[in-house]
Amino acid sequence: MDLSYSQENEEFRAKLQEFLKENWPLPESFGDLEARKDEFRRRATDAGYMARAIPRKYGGSEQPADFLKGEIIREELKKHGAPTEKVNSGTGRVIPVLLQWGTEEQKDFWIPPTLTGEFGWSQGYSEPNAGSDLASLRTRGELVGDKWIINGQKIWSSGAHRHRYMVALVRTEPEDVAPRHQGISYFLLDLHQPGIEIRPIKQITGEPEFNEVFFTNVEAPVDAVIGGRGNGWNVSRMLLRYERAAFAGINWADLMIKRVIKTATETIRDGKPAIQEPAVRADIARLQARTMGMRYSAYRDMSMEAAGEPSGVYTMTQKLYMTTFSHAVDRITRDLVADDLMMMTPGENGNGSKGNFKWTDASFQSLKIAIAGGSSNIQRNIIGERALGLPKDGVGVNARAKEAGQ
Amino acid sequence: MNFRLDEDQQQLQNGIGRILGTDRVQPRLRAVMNGKASWDEETWRELIDFGLTALIVPEEYEGMGLSLIELAICSEELGRSAAAVPFLGHSLATIAIIEGGSDEQKARLLPKLASGEVIATVAISDGNDMWDPKDWAMAPSGSTISGRKRNVPHGEIAELIVVALAGGKLGIVEKAKGGVSAETFEVVDLTRPICTLVFDNAEVEVLEKGPEAATRMWDAAHALMAADAFGGCWRLLDMTNEYVKVREAFGAKLAEFQGVKHQMANLVHEVEPTRGLYWYAAYCYAKVPESASHAVSLAKAQTAEVYLETTRLCTELHGGIGFTWEYDSHIWLKRSMFNLVWGGRPQRLFLRAADLAGF
Repeated sequence: MDLSYSQENEEFRAKLQEFLKENWPLPESFGDLEARKDEFRRRATDAGYMARAIPRKYGGSEQPADFLKGEIIREELKKHGAPTEKVNSGTGRVIPVLLQWGTEEQKDFWIPPTLTGEFGWSQGYSEPNAGSDLASLRTRGELVGDKWIINGQKIWSSGAHRHRYMVALVRTEPEDVAPRHQGISYFLLDLHQPGIEIRPIKQITGEPEFNEVFFTNVEAPVDAVIGGRGNGWNVSRMLLRYERAAFAGINWADLMIKRVIKTATETIRDGKPAIQEPAVRADIARLQARTMGMRYSAYRDMSMEAAGEPSGVYTMTQKLYMTTFSHAVDRITRDLVADDLMMMTPGENGNGSKGNFKWTDASFQSLKIAIAGGSSNIQRNIIGERALGLPKDGVGVNARAKEAGQ
Repeated sequence: MNFRLDEDQQQLQNGIGRILGTDRVQPRLRAVMNGKASWDEETWRELIDFGLTALIVPEEYEGMGLSLIELAICSEELGRSAAAVPFLGHSLATIAIIEGGSDEQKARLLPKLASGEVIATVAISDGNDMWDPKDWAMAPSGSTISGRKRNVPHGEIAELIVVALAGGKLGIVEKAKGGVSAETFEVVDLTRPICTLVFDNAEVEVLEKGPEAATRMWDAAHALMAADAFGGCWRLLDMTNEYVKVREAFGAKLAEFQGVKHQMANLVHEVEPTRGLYWYAAYCYAKVPESASHAVSLAKAQTAEVYLETTRLCTELHGGIGFTWEYDSHIWLKRSMFNLVWGGRPQRLFLRAADLAGF
């Protein structure tokens, strides 16, 4: 157990600081802000500070996994005010999947433009009758000649109205293949073609962030399937244990605590700042205990992974724990903003209030955290079944499978 | 940089885990529960032979010179086993002398504690909820003390007592010199019986260093109890997990009901992340002292709340048998009640952490 930065790490930090001084900000001759950011990211990748898990030949910097260096990079970029690595469903999900499951041609074709952001991605997992239960998917793909013909419907596809490409789970094998999830394949699809219809769905926040996507005889080349026919279940369930994935959530949680403290400091109740109230102080400390636990359990997990040791059940608890944290933040902040909870946007000046600091939106988002990416009850099943060895539920398909002796 | 147990630490955990194996400790624990013994002397002897009492004592005072990280790992295993041994008081008394004693005091006192020749404990609180060194009130008159100290773990069997004194001072009282008597009560946690020690002109030797040593001892208590709670949580989760897989109701195993599974999963998701929390608290204590008070306060308070929540729900999941003396789960329920308040209740420690965090 040693959390101190080694000599090597300190040298790494010094070099990075030098790099930052020389490369950010960039002069306006490099174009508008977005262009300057892209140029900075290109340079940072060349220098080994971004896209670290991605091989050079696909446009990454191919650095050995080192979560402490990852931490140093995050710290220094933030301190310097430099652009951070692009995090989106393409870099976070599609590229890791391709790296593990893709063929050489697939990696060559998809990774570089996804990394630069030229190819944007939405997700086509859920269907109207298959949310958490992905094994019930009905969207079908049939191989006709050298093309896949896809028919069906996806729902809750974030960003499908903005992004040209979609990762989709599609049933490609006969229904009587048992168990049912073995009939699903993992597709990379181009949405800019005839037969695609996208209907935005308004979220409870009023924003049209996700969509219904209808497929009518949509075409895809044979090699649009990643990881082999019928292997989509395994590909989609791949555990993401990259350095960034674990800490992005924890750093976000620490940021939320800072915002709670600011709100509690600016909220005046009974003539004094709410931050002086013992109950508020203790609740914020409780949030800190949670992020401290998450951070050092993640450090442990990463360290053991690097040493080739099994780290146990922690990774299974991460998503639910983050959800619990988000609910706890909501409990504190909805009491702090009080009446402003009734307003979608920070309060009006005329209301004599500093506004709700966007906590109303955060309140909704905490529910999204609970639902998206495997709802809380699915997480509880995962913990119960995989960590404790408890049996699957005895209802629905599980009951029928049991009767059939499977 | 790494945050894992190294090979020596893994061996230590496995080694003490073997001594504290359920098949060995459980019958001795039962003897204590059923009033046939007041504590588990046999296991304590084995732990001394293993080196537990010498573990944190510097080598120049006949110890092993390890850190609170290693001691906390042992504390996790002790919490898991619930062995009825005077570990808590003895360890904290040892730490008080390491942190507060002069060279001469350390040379005279520590070897006896390291070898286990003498059992020691700490007498901290003067009244209800008075654990913070700022609350300590007992003041020596000349070289003696008089008054009462409450909630002293294993105070009846301890021969050497570290007494918390006004102004964050620490004093040593040896029972053999007289003027000390124990008042016992019917206590909740029989594995760590507490008593009131009554001092009547008892001779006291004040340790050289003052408030900093007091804070270090108090902080060590938090880290050790956080580790203890983590081990206890997993023991009761494992016990409950076994039970729900065999107990049947309505023609099915309890484990087959999703309601049961989800309650257990909720507990696991609260318990497991506290491992990193207690590790970090012990790590700060050993290696980043300026961050220690904050981290240990959060760790103790959080684990104490999670421990109580875990033992209560696990007891409930057992149904009627969980409410019987014969079944073991109440041993950990009662330990969690002890952990909740001994050394400071969660709310006070969360507030201490808030002050230290500077918001």
